Amino acid sequence: MKQTPSQTVGPFYAIGLTCKPMNVLATDSTQGQRIRIEGRVFDGDGQPILDAMVEIWQANAYGRYNHPDDKQEKPFDRSFTGWGRSGTDEKCFYSFETIKPGPVPGPGDTVQAPHLNVVVFARGMLVHAFTRIYFSEERANESDPVLNSIKNKDRRSTLIAAREERQGNTIYRFDIRLQGKDETVFFDM
Amino acid sequence: MKIPEYKPRDWKSHPPYVFKAYGSSVKRGPLRKLVPVRQTSSEITGPLFGDIKLEAGENDLTRNADTGKEAMGERIIVFGRVLDENERPVPHSLIEIWQANAAGRYRHAVDQHNAPLDPNFIGAGRCATNDKGEYRFLTIKPGAYPWLNHPNAWRPAHIHLSLFGPSFVTRLVTQFFFPGDPLIPLDPILNSIPSPSGRRRLIASYSHDVTEPEFALAYRFDIVLRGRKSTPFEKTRR
Repeated sequence: MKQTPSQTVGPFYAIGLTCKPMNVLATDSTQGQRIRIEGRVFDGDGQPILDAMVEIWQANAYGRYNHPDDKQEKPFDRSFTGWGRSGTDEKCFYSFETIKPGPVPGPGDTVQAPHLNVVVFARGMLVHAFTRIYFSEERANESDPVLNSIKNKDRRSTLIAAREERQGNTIYRFDIRLQGKDETVFFDM
Repeated sequence: MKIPEYKPRDWKSHPPYVFKAYGSSVKRGPLRKLVPVRQTSSEITGPLFGDIKLEAGENDLTRNADTGKEAMGERIIVFGRVLDENERPVPHSLIEIWQANAAGRYRHAVDQHNAPLDPNFIGAGRCATNDKGEYRFLTIKPGAYPWLNHPNAWRPAHIHLSLFGPSFVTRLVTQFFFPGDPLIPLDPILNSIPSPSGRRRLIASYSHDVTEPEFALAYRFDIVLRGRKSTPFEKTRR
């Protein structure tokens, strides 16, 4: 059977997809370091997009996904689904309140640096785009198999969120550029 | 960890990122070549919403505005099955839908089309597939509406759907159309799909069997998500 074709979310996805907030992943009982992710999605003219939507999927603080196909014997955090969705606000920002994930296994014996798996949607995007968010302070980024598979080394930096401390909170800024010289790396997976 | 990989995205079925006749795609579709990723636990896992609490009536868009009154327009039943490429049902999987009302207007601040809003219609609903992958909504047939893509541009009546499937890579957002709509061949969003068979697969079919006498017409829309590359379990017998 052939895959059902993708179509754009269009300009009115909010009534169906973001009418309730779904961008807070960390609850009081979630284990791990609290972080905030925020950023904007830019079009080919460098303009921030008002009708984009971002979803994330991530492992828990120990590096285990809340899914039966993750067979690792790492601790399971019942309070953490690992999934979130954010539309864009009036200033075109998306944001998530979550925890920093642990490292997860890569192909063979490799280990992947902590990362968030990201899906980007927008009016004008006929197919969603897959990308990843890595964390700027992680030494493990240097040996990450996916980052290292990006042949153009200059482009790897498009996947690294910049860390800042704001009033005692850890915030990562991650802008997504759909086109242009700093176009974010998107994956075929 | 053994990785039961999923088949790749079928780019003959999906549109390209940039399709010039759909103006908004020109500046918003990624232009660089996608970087291939070998699937790992990051890709083959994904949100399952196993503990999501769906309230009764979330799949009845004719009444889920909770005003106590029914929405205006032609009542329709929308139903179908969610399968994967290997013809296996996708059970217990979340489906979200959203749409314009019978007059062709969305309940959204950006929609300024001069057509009436219906206080009894939100235009959004959710359900989960059952253990056979089947789903069902009761809603109102959406109206066509104008947009600014080109002169005298009208979107054919359509309903948007969002599905997750069992993994991160099986995510799908699409929309389906109604058979016989004269606007279908003129729609650049549907026409962005490269193959005629792909475009046909987004057109629901009228189902007289499921149509309820003196109540509502029924439209069937089946959905196929990416399937596993090899089948680790026994082959389905049909």
